Amino acid sequence: MTGIADNQTPFLPRGVRLHHCEIRKGWFLLAPERAVKMNDISVAILNVVDGKRDFGGVVDKLATDFNAPRDRIAADAGKFLTDLVNRRMVELRS
Amino acid sequence: MNQQIKNQQMTDLKKAMRAVPVPMAMLAELTHRCPLKCPYCSNPLELARRSDELDTETWIDVFHQAARMGVLHVHLSGGEPASRKDLEELTTGAREAGLFTNLITSGVGLTEKRFKDISDRGLDHVQLSIQGANAITANRIGGYKRGFETKMQLAEWIAEEGIPLTVNAVMHRQNLDQLPETIDMAVRLGARRLEVANTQYHGWAYKNRFALMPTEEQVKRGGEVVAEARERLKGTLVIDYVTPDHLGTYPKPCMGGWARVGLCITPRGTVLPCHAAETITTLKFENVRDRSLAKIWAYGEAFNAYRGTDWMPDPCQSCDRKDKDWGGCRCQAFAWNGDAGTTDPVCSKSPQHAAMRAQAVAEAGQASDAFEYRMP
Repeated sequence: MTGIADNQTPFLPRGVRLHHCEIRKGWFLLAPERAVKMNDISVAILNVVDGKRDFGGVVDKLATDFNAPRDRIAADAGKFLTDLVNRRMVELRS
Repeated sequence: MNQQIKNQQMTDLKKAMRAVPVPMAMLAELTHRCPLKCPYCSNPLELARRSDELDTETWIDVFHQAARMGVLHVHLSGGEPASRKDLEELTTGAREAGLFTNLITSGVGLTEKRFKDISDRGLDHVQLSIQGANAITANRIGGYKRGFETKMQLAEWIAEEGIPLTVNAVMHRQNLDQLPETIDMAVRLGARRLEVANTQYHGWAYKNRFALMPTEEQVKRGGEVVAEARERLKGTLVIDYVTPDHLGTYPKPCMGGWARVGLCITPRGTVLPCHAAETITTLKFENVRDRSLAKIWAYGEAFNAYRGTDWMPDPCQSCDRKDKDWGGCRCQAFAWNGDAGTTDPVCSKSPQHAAMRAQAVAEAGQASDAFEYRMP
């Protein structure tokens, strides 16, 4: 998969969740047999991926919250979420 | 003990914990009891009895201790974990400790009501073992009637609950030719991952090696089947293929390195760097009943014996793969050389490699299909 359409709704499927580790002082996306370290930007994106907002809504919310150009947010969030979709850590509802 | 000494000990432990790796995963062998009798069972030959097992409260305390050390994933395993009546409470305990909770099960002992209860308690992932791609093979290998049918039923409930499923298929001479059917079955059951693991020849599997050791031809064919299926099933099924040790050039990075990534707790509460480590009879292992998990991880003699790379002799010490392979498997080194601190014989650089390989190939040639089933 190479991109996400504005009307697709990304969500974390069961068995994938964001977890804060006190010892490592950081956030991890946990999935079967995997723990992927998340940076602040990744956490900010995942925090608005609530399974209700579609991708367009996710981008709008981030653009407002971070006062950043919408097209740049769309590109960054799109790339990040596409990668997670390909690793089956995020799923899309149309 | 006065407060000052206590504080000092706490400071020392924190310092010691910073000097050692932070563990990622813990294998919790809740019990050795199991209705199946697989001839390659990874449990030790001498199985723990029910009366030896840690109780519910102790297990839950261990989960909390592990989470505080930085463990992220817990694997609830056995034996068959569903043989424990408190699997429900243990699932809740693991989740409340903040651990990603994986159940490794044969499926036997889980009714629909029981499984859905465990699911509601927040189970994150299930690994379901299968012994063969059809009922006749699977039930003969597992030594349990209707085991196959039970697994197929559980897979349906897992799909209904939306829990991610990994199918674990332990492969050997008597089922490796069913690999294409095994892959098809994993897809049909809705698995996201299939773990095709060739048997590791320790314990029960070593006892049964004449009936299990695959031929080189089978292993080669298996690799081709996996390569083709990986391409075809991209985005549907991830396939891990663990080749047999004796046919490799370099050893596997066993456990991701001794005392580096993971730890294992036996039903009795013994803390091990790997589930087979008790075969190394020269090491002393400690128990969660006597000492905290953090202290055992940081100070334990068995954990420090082969942690890192300082312990390595040559050819490992001067090898540029030393922090990739981590010296391979200590249990194998002990089994072959009588010294766990020597080079894993699986490595082509080991002086023992040729002899080990020749023996394995010769054993595969002395085929017998009869199993000596696991017995309590």
